[in-house]
Amino acid sequence: MEFINAIILLLNYTIIPALTYGSQLALGAIFVTLVYGILRFANFATGDMMSFGTMIAVLLTFYFQSLGISFGFLPTALLTIPFAIIGMIFYMLFIDKFVFSYYRIKKSPPVQLAMVSVGVMFVTQAIIRIIIGPFDRRFFDGEKFILKATEFKEMTGLNEGLTIKSTQAITILVTIVLVSIMFWFLNRTKTGTSMRAYSDNEDLALLSGIDPKRVVLITWIIAGMLATIGGVLYGLDKSYRPFVYFNNMLPIFAAAIVGGIGNPFGAFLGGYVIAFAEILITYAYKKFFTYILPDFLEPDSLVQLLSTDYKFAVSFSILVIVLLFRPSGIFKGKTL
Amino acid sequence: MKQYKNIIAAYSIMILLIISVGVLQSWSIALTILNYCLISAVMTIGANIQWGYAGLINFGIMGYTALGGLAAVLVNTPPVKEAWKAGGMEMIISLILIILGVYLIHLILRKLVKSKKRNYLIALIIIIGFLVVRYISGPAIENIEAVDPAKTGFLGGLGLPIIFSWIVGGLFAAGIAFIVGKIALGLRADYLAIATLLIAEIIVSVIKHEDWLSRGVKNVIGLKRPVPYEVDLQNTSWFINLVEKFHSKKLQLISSMSEKQDILNHLVIDASSVYVKLCLAGLFLTVVIILLILTQKALYSPWGRKMRAIRDNEVAANAMGKNVVKEHLLIFILGSAIVGIAGAMMVTNDGLFTPGSYRPMRYTFVIWVMVIVGGTGNNFGAILGGFVVWFLWVEAAPIALFFINFFTSHLEETNSFKAHLIESAAYFRFLLVGIGLLIIMRYRPKGLIPEKINIKKI
Repeated sequence: MEFINAIILLLNYTIIPALTYGSQLALGAIFVTLVYGILRFANFATGDMMSFGTMIAVLLTFYFQSLGISFGFLPTALLTIPFAIIGMIFYMLFIDKFVFSYYRIKKSPPVQLAMVSVGVMFVTQAIIRIIIGPFDRRFFDGEKFILKATEFKEMTGLNEGLTIKSTQAITILVTIVLVSIMFWFLNRTKTGTSMRAYSDNEDLALLSGIDPKRVVLITWIIAGMLATIGGVLYGLDKSYRPFVYFNNMLPIFAAAIVGGIGNPFGAFLGGYVIAFAEILITYAYKKFFTYILPDFLEPDSLVQLLSTDYKFAVSFSILVIVLLFRPSGIFKGKTL
Repeated sequence: MKQYKNIIAAYSIMILLIISVGVLQSWSIALTILNYCLISAVMTIGANIQWGYAGLINFGIMGYTALGGLAAVLVNTPPVKEAWKAGGMEMIISLILIILGVYLIHLILRKLVKSKKRNYLIALIIIIGFLVVRYISGPAIENIEAVDPAKTGFLGGLGLPIIFSWIVGGLFAAGIAFIVGKIALGLRADYLAIATLLIAEIIVSVIKHEDWLSRGVKNVIGLKRPVPYEVDLQNTSWFINLVEKFHSKKLQLISSMSEKQDILNHLVIDASSVYVKLCLAGLFLTVVIILLILTQKALYSPWGRKMRAIRDNEVAANAMGKNVVKEHLLIFILGSAIVGIAGAMMVTNDGLFTPGSYRPMRYTFVIWVMVIVGGTGNNFGAILGGFVVWFLWVEAAPIALFFINFFTSHLEETNSFKAHLIESAAYFRFLLVGIGLLIIMRYRPKGLIPEKINIKKI
């Protein structure tokens, strides 16, 4: 019994939140990696692009709510995602046409493109703040919990409760579906293969008749989907605040690099590596040990490796360690 | 002389702009902007050394700025005796242990051959060291933070004049830059950018959460200035006399004695704040000029030529026998140290240290925009960039407000669209700076004042 309690405790406070957070990071990390692999630059506007897509979803949610449209027990925001994705893709293509394409055609060094993306970051941030303001917005509605702690306790008779928020379930499910479709697309379809070829060796790909414009267009479309869905899922789970999205760019970068930048599967796993590390290292294990250890060994302190203030610092330290020992990431980077 | 014409013209326009703020808004605001421009200029000199001279991207400017600020706190605040009694010993022991651990690892890395065993040994030392340090310092930190948490709750500093912190800040930043450089400098350009950005974030989060060291998010206020205080000035007779003399014509027109006194008081209050800011501006300007002379000398010295050679073709420079790794590390340290100085100057100017305010937007990206806009590789350009971008950053809101009012003048005051725009006028600064950066990158990629290299013809 004690042992099951301990497992449930860990499941409730570390594993499920880490899976959720990891999924959100993974979507962002795949976005970073795709842009890096195919368009060949580190996109510093990542966080703000996600924020932009989410903003459209938030505004549409409020509009739908005012019309009285709802999605039953699911959050209304899920209904708005397709529209938000379309808006996001148009915004990305607009930026690409007027900003990035010039440097791509000129074959500027990646550093210059990264600096340009900093400019895009500023502009996007300004647009977001002018339209929706910098405030915290909650746009979650519908059923909040799938499983409540009290219900779980009654059902099983355990001391520890297990809570599953509906946002957590939605996040994990949507991520699995989206990522599987994406991998199927990249590995099995002709377009996906042409994208991988373009990423591997641009000159050879061009030589064999792959249309670079098409590849770029599709990359932005996939990127728009990933950014919007990742952003909306994060916003549903926590709340929507532009500044937080900008900050999320950092662990997302960490996830992409840890997984091996340019490698979507690596980025996907990198998201979970970062999320699990952040949560497992900053979790206080006192209660866990009181369950599994005999009485005389029970710890008095919190048994916390680092305080939760250092959540971000943990993921960045992992990045530094990975960069030191395996600069190409856990999975070899730069293949798509 | 001809080549300096552009520079002189650009700087004159900048000075005119600041003066126009003084005339249109107030002299106090104009001087505040000038002071921040000067501090930004120091930062851009630092960033420009790294990017312009050597082609290293350092997105960690925020971290070094924060370190400079920390130096200001540690130098200037008086030591807290009770806190030292409560846990000072343990903290010193922990510090010694950490230094020992690092030394031990260094020794192992040098003496033992590369093997799996060596890695495990190092990992073991790190884990055991971490646990021991936490065991010793944990209770001590709690004790220190319990000492009058509303006012102190930290070890305090040395109680020296804050001016010294400018040097100390530089040294702090240089020390950390050495470690960061050792870790990250082997990386490719955009990896380096991301790595330095994230490492800076680690530095800031340490400063933010180690309350025993820096008071963390509780902020440190009331740092002593190197220049007189307004309140003191307002009560000194020579200053009042000076203001009276300065405004004697205006004061003569007023007949009533009490009214005269009233206006004089007002003038003295205004003048005192202007005087204080002028003093600070003088100090900052000295630093900028010294750094400018040094960096210019360095740029046109054999060393500067070597750096440019490395920047433009690393492989060739290496083949010519230049030690690329060493030079990169050196320039990384130098640039970061200058940024550290700027960080200490900024805290000196504000008189307070707020770790929560160190955010990548303001302290990394805006500084980078300054360097790119001003002109990479050209110190005059970088300084101009600091001035222009900071000026835009501050004045964007008033300018945006003016345009919003102008374009929506046909709308009613109660129009929600107009109200929304006016409310968000402050965010137009991001738009202005972003679009400015994009335009410069596209049409003038070398910046407002591009780099000039004199090639002597035979």
